[in-house]
Amino acid sequence: MTDIALESQIPKGSLENRWTQHKFNLKIVSPANRKKYTVIVVGTGLAGASAAASLGEMGYNVKTFCFQDSPRRAHSIAAQGGINAAKNYQNDGDSVWRLFYDTIKGGDFRSRESNVFRLAELSNNIIDQAVAQGVPFAREYSGYLANRSFGGAQVSRTFYARGQTGQQLLLGAYQAMSRQIEAGTVKHQSRCEMQELILMDGKAKGIVSRDLVTGKLESHMADCVVLCTGGYGNVFYLSTNAKGSNASAVWRAHKQGALFANPCFTQIHPTCIPQQGALQSKLTLMSESLRNDGRVWAPKNKQDCDKKPEDIPEQDRDYFLERMYPAFGNLVPRDIASRAVKLICDEGRGVGHDIDNRKLGVYLDFSDAIAKQGLDAISEKYGNLFEMYQRITAEDPYQTPMRIYPAVHYTMGGLWVDYNLMTTINGLFAAGEANFSDHGANRLGASALMQGLADGYFILPATVSNYLAQQKPLDQKNNYPEAEQALQTSQDRIKRLLNAPDPRKTPDDFHRQLGQILWHACGMDREKTLLENAISEIQQLRQQFWQQVKITGSDEELNQTLERAGRVADFFELAELICIDAITREESCGCHARAEHLTEKGEAQRKDNEFSYVAAWQYSGNVSMPVIYKEDLHFEFVRPNIRNYR
Amino acid sequence: MIFTLHIWRQKDAKSQGYFEQHQIEASESTSFLEMLDALNEHLISQDKEAIAFDFDCREGICGSCNLVINGTPHGKQHATTTCQQYMRDYVDEKELWIEPWRATAFPVIKDLIVDRTAFDKIMQAGGYIEIRTGSASEANTIPIEKQVADAAFDSATCIGCGACVAACPNASATLFVAAKVTHLSILPQGQIDKERTKKLLEAMEEQGFGSCSNYRECERVCPKEISVSTITTMNKLLYQQT
Repeated sequence: MTDIALESQIPKGSLENRWTQHKFNLKIVSPANRKKYTVIVVGTGLAGASAAASLGEMGYNVKTFCFQDSPRRAHSIAAQGGINAAKNYQNDGDSVWRLFYDTIKGGDFRSRESNVFRLAELSNNIIDQAVAQGVPFAREYSGYLANRSFGGAQVSRTFYARGQTGQQLLLGAYQAMSRQIEAGTVKHQSRCEMQELILMDGKAKGIVSRDLVTGKLESHMADCVVLCTGGYGNVFYLSTNAKGSNASAVWRAHKQGALFANPCFTQIHPTCIPQQGALQSKLTLMSESLRNDGRVWAPKNKQDCDKKPEDIPEQDRDYFLERMYPAFGNLVPRDIASRAVKLICDEGRGVGHDIDNRKLGVYLDFSDAIAKQGLDAISEKYGNLFEMYQRITAEDPYQTPMRIYPAVHYTMGGLWVDYNLMTTINGLFAAGEANFSDHGANRLGASALMQGLADGYFILPATVSNYLAQQKPLDQKNNYPEAEQALQTSQDRIKRLLNAPDPRKTPDDFHRQLGQILWHACGMDREKTLLENAISEIQQLRQQFWQQVKITGSDEELNQTLERAGRVADFFELAELICIDAITREESCGCHARAEHLTEKGEAQRKDNEFSYVAAWQYSGNVSMPVIYKEDLHFEFVRPNIRNYR
Repeated sequence: MIFTLHIWRQKDAKSQGYFEQHQIEASESTSFLEMLDALNEHLISQDKEAIAFDFDCREGICGSCNLVINGTPHGKQHATTTCQQYMRDYVDEKELWIEPWRATAFPVIKDLIVDRTAFDKIMQAGGYIEIRTGSASEANTIPIEKQVADAAFDSATCIGCGACVAACPNASATLFVAAKVTHLSILPQGQIDKERTKKLLEAMEEQGFGSCSNYRECERVCPKEISVSTITTMNKLLYQQT
């Protein structure tokens, strides 16, 4: 473990010119020299595919890897609602500055001004890029692009493709990447998982991968490595993430020296379909866009909770978001909406199935919207979401209100990166949800797609080039002892998993238990003693895991049980860091609501004097004793105030 | 509810496959894949290997899951991916036969998992608009009629699961190709590449898919209800361009 000086590389000068000036200051590689460099991109969702396509077009040799059977299946595909951009097509007063401000404020003033401004600035280019690629965004009858509103904003700036904006944007990036595969600049391998990062003289120079079909471990060398491996929400077991989404790549990079920033910042999304039973494997999100027209309510009286919603008269319904937050109403940011829903259910006014003897759900009601706008208009906007809901719950939301409850959805935390998206490991970059950069303590809706694509299409091409311009290309023909060592480490871990001394329980069994611990201690509200207890429970369960995890089959074939065990092993370590981070942050901000630090009205109480920093954690060799580094956040252009959505 | 399952097991591409029988109890609100999860947990506890099957998002959009259930790709429930089938849909069926996609171009990797790289290969042959990143002009400079944009969207909803191939007696990928060609070629941005249809169809043939002879089984099983009219659109383009 070495001491690190956190250099955020944030440019100086006026906010509008920072990125432009910075790009000019960055070094570039001449076109003729680019083919001498190899870049590895792990993960090919929005950030990874767009980065690979862009770097390939520039002429670098790009090697990409994904664990799915095709890059088109990355979980970016599941994003429903939309992507923000400051186009101001609606002429409703939007601007780059306003998008910047909304995003900083939405993140409860725990992100960097420079990064967020750059994101807002690039948002417009992303829409141009996507339209040129053939992404079929919604249009008005005039033929021009349509917008809708989203949580945390009072302008209409969200571009969308019905309820599947993520899929359409991912296909755009996947197609751009496919074009480069055809051109020979990108070499892609599906069904392949990163096991280990290869470091040479402290620089990231390659990875060890495991072919998930044959089980073969292989080293790949490169001049730099980019991790675009998504978020770690699955640490909670039940989340809206895809089942395969995992933290292994970022966690293994962390254990080799990459600092992990704000791990406890996990977004709980208010509008998910409530859990139905113990066997459930995942939770399904209903797009935030539904809150544009759906009204959230719960019965005023506990005794009405078992009644059918249509039997509860208007005066006995509590439209609690409209009541508590009249200015934003149903469109308050996600963290605020989630906590309000939890509050109502904790009061015993929840509806729906009993889970652990409690009803965890409130209504999201479209009857007013249908009456005003007509069935067709609502079906045009949300048809596929309504179908999805009906499929899962066997209830028709056109007839009866939806039931919703918050669920883990997105992780704002991730690998610490500087303004160039480089981690504290020289030559290791992280982009998209895998880094911590832009969303502070809470991400606004329709900002994840924006960030993934800003990172991949526009930022990495410039900053990766700058890095490579300062490196001598690695001789790919040599055999490197560092690669051999990393292969051995990977092999040893797999053998250890397969040979637990007292195999009894499946990886999923352990994962479910871990998820329960984390959800109760570090979910929507957090408290010191509960977190401390959770840490010791996690430690015990982790020990048990290594003693008792049961994996059938071998490591020399396709073995999904083994894959899962490897991911759960990493979740066990990350879960502890999440709790440690949550204990250390003795304030409430955004998603992080510490019971000890709430106002009388139950709102998050920030402590800017003490906690206006990014907590970046270093692995010390002992998972339970990480070292904290603090990157102070300076606000030169906005004044952190109390978020007020009332 | 108690079901008798007949599940296809196959060690790898070269081995002979067979049906393995299991009994399982499942509640109505359990999803089809969660029922298989439970079976796998049980198998592992019995020291047996879990059944391999593909899945990821479990919300019907990633296109990973792909089971043939009682002879129908994705299962009984129309316009629905495997992961969104629920056991309540199968209350009347006590026996469930679960098989992988079967097509030469989709060789079995293990049990219920097949290799669908052939679809990626088709896309690489020209399933894109040739625009460099970072150089696009202002998005609203080309207005696109709403009907055109909507039609492009309807074809763009293909999730690349391959059910169309699994259902086709010729194991043809024509619907997959037609959906992509229609999506891109009816948009003004996508009309520059006149060779797209040809390139994609050639790649399809090269990858070992059959050709279309109008059975329309593909449309019947498509979880995203891609219409065979995309094939008409594609053929029209093909003849106009040659």
